[in-house]
Amino acid sequence: MSESSATTSARPRRRVVNLPAHVGPTRASAYVCEAVSCLSMQSHDVLLGLGERVAAAGLTDVEVKRVGCLGLCAAGPLVQIPETGELFAHVVPDNLGGIVEALAAAVPGGERVPEAPFFSRQLRIVTENSGRIDPESLEDYVASGGYQALRTVLSTMTPAEVRDEIARSGLRGRGGAGYPTGLKWNTVAKAIGSPKYVICNADEGDPGAFMDRSVLESDPYRVLEGMAIAAYAVGASIGYVYCRAEYPLAVSRLHKAIQAAGRSNYLGASMLDTEFSFEVDIRQGAGAFVCGEETALIASLEGGRGTPRTRPPYPAVAGLWHQPTLINNVETFANVAPIIRKGGSWFAGLGTATSKGTKVFALAGRVVNTGLIEVPMGTTLREIVFDIGGGIVDGRAFKAVQTGGPSGGCIPSEFLDMGVDYESLIGVGSFMGSGGMIVMDETSCMVDVARYFMDFCREESCGKCVPCRVGTTQLFMLLERITTGEATMDDLAQMERLGHMVQRTSLCGLGQGAPNPIFSTLRYFRDEYVAHIVDRVCPAGVCSIEPAPVST
Amino acid sequence: MTKPTLATIWLDGCSGCHMSFLDMDERLFDIAERADIVYSPLIDVKAYPEHVDFCLVEGAVSSEDDLRKILHVRQRTGTLISFGDCAVTANVPAMRNPIGVQPLLDRAYIENVTINPGIPVSVVPKLLAMARPVHRVVKVDVYLPGCPPSADLIYQSLVDLLAGRTPDTHGARFGR
Amino acid sequence: MTTVHTLRIDGADVAASDGQSILAVATENGIDIPTMCHLDGLSDTASCRLCLVEVAGSNKLTPACTTLVTEGMDITTTSEQLTEYRRTITEMLFLERNHICAICVANNHCELQDLAEKLQIDHFELPVINPSVGIDASHPLFAIDHNRCIMCQRCVRVCAEIEGAFTWGVMGSGIAERVVTDMGTPWGESPTCTSCGKCVQVCPTGALFENGRSIAEGSKAQRPFLPFLKRLGEGLEQT
Repeated sequence: MSESSATTSARPRRRVVNLPAHVGPTRASAYVCEAVSCLSMQSHDVLLGLGERVAAAGLTDVEVKRVGCLGLCAAGPLVQIPETGELFAHVVPDNLGGIVEALAAAVPGGERVPEAPFFSRQLRIVTENSGRIDPESLEDYVASGGYQALRTVLSTMTPAEVRDEIARSGLRGRGGAGYPTGLKWNTVAKAIGSPKYVICNADEGDPGAFMDRSVLESDPYRVLEGMAIAAYAVGASIGYVYCRAEYPLAVSRLHKAIQAAGRSNYLGASMLDTEFSFEVDIRQGAGAFVCGEETALIASLEGGRGTPRTRPPYPAVAGLWHQPTLINNVETFANVAPIIRKGGSWFAGLGTATSKGTKVFALAGRVVNTGLIEVPMGTTLREIVFDIGGGIVDGRAFKAVQTGGPSGGCIPSEFLDMGVDYESLIGVGSFMGSGGMIVMDETSCMVDVARYFMDFCREESCGKCVPCRVGTTQLFMLLERITTGEATMDDLAQMERLGHMVQRTSLCGLGQGAPNPIFSTLRYFRDEYVAHIVDRVCPAGVCSIEPAPVST
Repeated sequence: MTKPTLATIWLDGCSGCHMSFLDMDERLFDIAERADIVYSPLIDVKAYPEHVDFCLVEGAVSSEDDLRKILHVRQRTGTLISFGDCAVTANVPAMRNPIGVQPLLDRAYIENVTINPGIPVSVVPKLLAMARPVHRVVKVDVYLPGCPPSADLIYQSLVDLLAGRTPDTHGARFGR
Repeated sequence: MTTVHTLRIDGADVAASDGQSILAVATENGIDIPTMCHLDGLSDTASCRLCLVEVAGSNKLTPACTTLVTEGMDITTTSEQLTEYRRTITEMLFLERNHICAICVANNHCELQDLAEKLQIDHFELPVINPSVGIDASHPLFAIDHNRCIMCQRCVRVCAEIEGAFTWGVMGSGIAERVVTDMGTPWGESPTCTSCGKCVQVCPTGALFENGRSIAEGSKAQRPFLPFLKRLGEGLEQT
């Protein structure tokens, strides 16, 4: 039980919740966001204070509840009254009067989504429970439809039928590459070997990306349910969630969820009184970015150094301990239960021709509404950045949006009306990745952006293969030379040649993708590179370049 | 028809490449037939001529003096040849690069010295931050690696160059 | 029962048995593919990327050492592009640490030097890194100069797979990666090292060497301990 001790010590210190129990039917509720972003802004004090104030006001028919991520992280701490759709932003613990008044005045009714475009333009499947249920309450999850899918699967469906349903849905891997999930499940199911394993990849590491963390913090049971369904579908009996240790709250909530689900027979031996058994354990990674690569993740899970190996054989055939292993991302598993509940054809009806369903994005950077959003595939960048995101901070001009993390690219304004899906992003030289979206305005220097991501890759390269180990450092040196005004056009040409070489010869996706930020910024912003080199100026004013020496 | 002119210069190196040059022995007469040797540490000429067709550069660019020389020579030379490992890779002079100039001087002139410790400030040229291969400073046209390049390689390369051909450096390698 | 495959390497039809790597089949047929991390008798890691080859029908390059042959494969082991990549990789190996052939114990007995000669590399174009790396000379018989290490990890594998001592490992990541003995314990204090010297023998460069050898004396073919090295050694001794 080393996991539990590690988990306890890593948990943020919080007072015990002793909210006054309300009696009778609930007339109104206050949902207080307790995901990490709001927690860091004292939302726990808001929760406790609100409980006291509600009790003091004698509102016995009002429920004050901890919920997962409400999405609009920029405005935290957030409190929502679902009956009225009212959302209170930037709530401080000693000024809760307005919320108490609103709770007193609320008339019961159905749940209403806040009217602001940030909420109304989203379509929530993966995050349907986020900000609605108490992430640490199994009862809450079950009450909102949780484990219906697993019950259906175990009692009425054969594994092949489950796989067919997933294949029919058109779901593709949400970790970034977009491999068809149904095909992967079929491969693992057909692979010979026992036991088989299911691994949930929660080693989210892209800068500015926090989708998986939010899902685990807000709705951990959903991921466990998805894993259990997957295990049934492929014939696996053991599962691991590989989560980075930098996510202590996610690990803690997941840990509680595993224990609670086990006690209620949603996990473990003879689940839901059937013959199916499935155990899940958490393994914490030390935060190496490369461990998000599936073969490196498996090496780390086996207790070795987290370095990738060449594929084939793919993990589906020879993965953990050389056994057939299904690896999917958190968000992929989170999509499974709704697909089973509502049918693969329902899911296939959402999104674009090649990319079905929704995608969760972490909006970050120079956008007003930073936070977590979920939109159907095919939603345009303009809708995401301007309607949902609320446009650029301080009314500045939009310059680019970076997607796909360190392997991704920067998309300029000319593609704002492009619908976002796996193929369209690749078409413009970027990448879906796990869903980070960093918005940049005119104050961002694109050479500096490329330099930043190359620095990241250089730091995170595991060092196994030569092109990535040495190449990322040399590309970084060349970029640094450009940002300090010491480079020549020959250096630029050399950087491009080297970038292609690193892309083609590196062993895993980290090295193969590392030059992408260079290529995409060169593709759309080559003039900025030339300005640094020839004119020795940084157009955005970010890089400090010494004036050219006066020739004597 | 006048013969092409040939020069050699010596930057931060051990002179081993020039020794190897002398190891051409009687073939030196053959080289002298094919070219006029107009400037070299091996001959008594004080100033680098206005224009030289070919120049062999031994040694890395390590000091301000080296830098001044190589810039001057590059301007006045047609084909510049990096001659030996120090010129090609900075080799032994580059061993100091990871250490840094000041710790290096302290070690050499203060810590390990018992009589009159002190870093020289005059006469000795000032060290650059890094010892660099010649092609990191100026454009280089031909590379002859080796520590030192063998007399055979030097001879064959010079014969090719003086005849206007690109030298065949097949078999040349770093080290010996 | 062994299945036999026929395939083409550089236009020549060759036969191979099931389970053979592209590299093994190429070597059998006298086709030379440059390698560095590979050593016959040890497991393959495909980490140096020198043996990447083109396989018709795939737009990705494939490491010859870890890719098993399949029926009808059409393999190209040398092209202008591949040679260019191999030259760049070799340059990278020289530039990531401080290789100074002139003062190296393995001068003229060095696989990296040989590789540069074979690929006709006469200078380096890429940025020089010049890291500050150390030497561990605490062992009574051997020493390691990290300046000359190219992270092929043959020492790590021979120690684990042949000697079974598991003394060598890897510490750090990226460009700061180093081979270490016993999780960073000085080699001389290693409780697991059996002083067998296999790591020194398999080291392709002068990174691992026997104490008391001077420049260019570190010939690796002097004390063969694996049958294949003995054969290789006999071949080398004749030249």
